[in-house]
Amino acid sequence: MSKESTYIPRNGFAKWFDQRLPLPRMLHDNISAFPTPRNLNYWYTFGGILTFCLVTQILTGIVLAMHYTADAGLAFASVEHIMRNVNYGWLIRYIHAVGASMFFLAVYVHMFRGLYYGSYKAPREILWILGVIIYLLMVITAFMGYVLPWGQMSFWGATVITNLFSVIPVVGTTITEWLWGGFAVDNATLKRFFSLHYLMPFMIFGVVILHIWALHVTGNNNPVGISVKDKQDTVPFAPYYTVKDALSLVCFLILFVWFIFFNPNILGHTDNYIMADPLVTPAHIVPEWYLLPFYAILRAIPSKLGGVLVMGAAIAVLFIVPWLDTSKVRSATFRPLYKQFYWIFLVNCVALGYLGSQNPEGLFLVASRICTAYYFIHFLIVMPVLGLVEKPRPIPESITKAVLEKLEIKNSKEEAKA
Amino acid sequence: MSKKDTKEPSRRDFIFLATGAFAAAGAASVAWPIVDQMNPDATALALSKIEVDVSQIERGQSITVKWRGKPVFIRRRTDEEIQMASRVDVNSLPDGNARNNNLTADSSATDENRALDDDKEWLVMVGVCTHLGCVPKGQSLGDAKGDYGGWYCPCHGSHYDTAGRIRKGPAAKNLDIPVAEFVNDNVIRIG
Ligand code: HEM
Ligand code: FES
Repeated sequence: MSKESTYIPRNGFAKWFDQRLPLPRMLHDNISAFPTPRNLNYWYTFGGILTFCLVTQILTGIVLAMHYTADAGLAFASVEHIMRNVNYGWLIRYIHAVGASMFFLAVYVHMFRGLYYGSYKAPREILWILGVIIYLLMVITAFMGYVLPWGQMSFWGATVITNLFSVIPVVGTTITEWLWGGFAVDNATLKRFFSLHYLMPFMIFGVVILHIWALHVTGNNNPVGISVKDKQDTVPFAPYYTVKDALSLVCFLILFVWFIFFNPNILGHTDNYIMADPLVTPAHIVPEWYLLPFYAILRAIPSKLGGVLVMGAAIAVLFIVPWLDTSKVRSATFRPLYKQFYWIFLVNCVALGYLGSQNPEGLFLVASRICTAYYFIHFLIVMPVLGLVEKPRPIPESITKAVLEKLEIKNSKEEAKA
Repeated sequence: MSKKDTKEPSRRDFIFLATGAFAAAGAASVAWPIVDQMNPDATALALSKIEVDVSQIERGQSITVKWRGKPVFIRRRTDEEIQMASRVDVNSLPDGNARNNNLTADSSATDENRALDDDKEWLVMVGVCTHLGCVPKGQSLGDAKGDYGGWYCPCHGSHYDTAGRIRKGPAAKNLDIPVAEFVNDNVIRIG
């Protein structure tokens, strides 16, 4: 919120510095003292977790790049070199590989949180759109990263995905060969993917700054979805939410570390430990788990061009969600119908993920088609119509009232018990 | 209306436009090299021709060679395979085009137009599924050859017949036939 600054320089030097570069003031106003709704729950801690994930990927990535060789003849061996010879190389690589999965886990929680509490609604449309852009950049970054170890899945995943561009009428082949730098995925492709895989996380970093800037203009949404009315409704970010975020991060790290030390390869595909062979396609090409729902959508459509367009539309539709939802009420807590459809949608997405890992034949194919159709029905029909027909439950007057009411109910229950 | 709006373009307008046009042309001429550097380079283009000795291939056998980073299938077909491919009505094919770079672009997908030689024994084609680029199965003896006895792409289930024409599945085009010819009785030049 563009409010008066509450920063008071502690000493002469701080004052001198503040008059020249008000950086500590900016940090104070936007982090320590930033007024945050008092009722945020643990689903709101994933923004912090995501920031942690991005920093982790960048740090481990820079270290990997010190030992990795981006050359079709050497890349596979250089990753094995990292695993066997480089001191703690196995650890750094597993943090990076598992980290990509954890990053997506966190981003999906974060996005579904937004869908539940209506965080995309006015005045937070730009904030939401920046989020979708970050997600899109993450998908591209992770896709290119997965190509770098130059295993069979790397190579054939890259082949299938870059071939999606060949459906563009007239110029498709030209564009695909331009992306490859040759007539197939090869050394030139690997080198440019490495260069871009290094660049894109920093672009994500830039968009994250815009995302947080937009957040600080409108302020946080919150579980009851009503706007902050006065000072009573908020608490300063530090220490209240720094502590809450830290606790949540520690829990998240327990899972993260469990994967790294006990099951680092379960999220990947064993075929990626076979070096890329341009003459042999593995029996089942599957993307990493976090892209499976989109893979299911791609294969559900019987036409090549159609499949690509519908898969693109599945992400594009997220951009217009703020205008598809016609309800004035933000939080699903007060929307009895939307709440149910929300869970159906979530199950539908998980189902798409499962179907993406199966062969598109028989019942699986039928199911992928139904789930793909429902994905779009949810956004294009359910969302707009619900807003018009649903009768929301009464909404509390303020955040503080809502918090106190909850407390009263809890207290009276305890009294009744005693 | 004020006098300003109707007056003739001034010298300042001219300079403004000319500078803008100059800057735009300059930016474009720098942008193009940056875009073009990503296109296939001289080494990729240099690999554009290969010669393959096929004297050891018996009827019913195939080999796979690498050309421009892609697999090329060379198959010496059996009489049965040739007959199966010739019997098909071209109008019933999903893709009626020969996709043969040795012929004109509108040639129809008859078996004659797909095979390399007059006896129709030799089939030379790029072994890249026209759906999303996997290598179809069917080159080795034990491979699944699909419902039409030719090649089968396991990635998303495309079936190709004994002339490499798409018959069923998500792929829309027949397997591509590269520029190829017999330079003598034993050697095929591709590219
Ligand atoms: C948004 C952040 C990032 C994501 C989501 C990401 C994702 C990935 C993924 C999925 C892999 C494949 C892991 C494997 O299976 O081995 C990978 C590999 C790699 N990444 Fe990243 N990455 C990110 C940031 C970075 C950065 C900033 C750098 C360099 C400064 C980097 C350098 C590398 C290198 C050298 C490899 C190849 C070594 C390997 O395969 O472990 N990454 N990345
Ligand atoms: S790549 Fe062959 S069917 Fe999809």
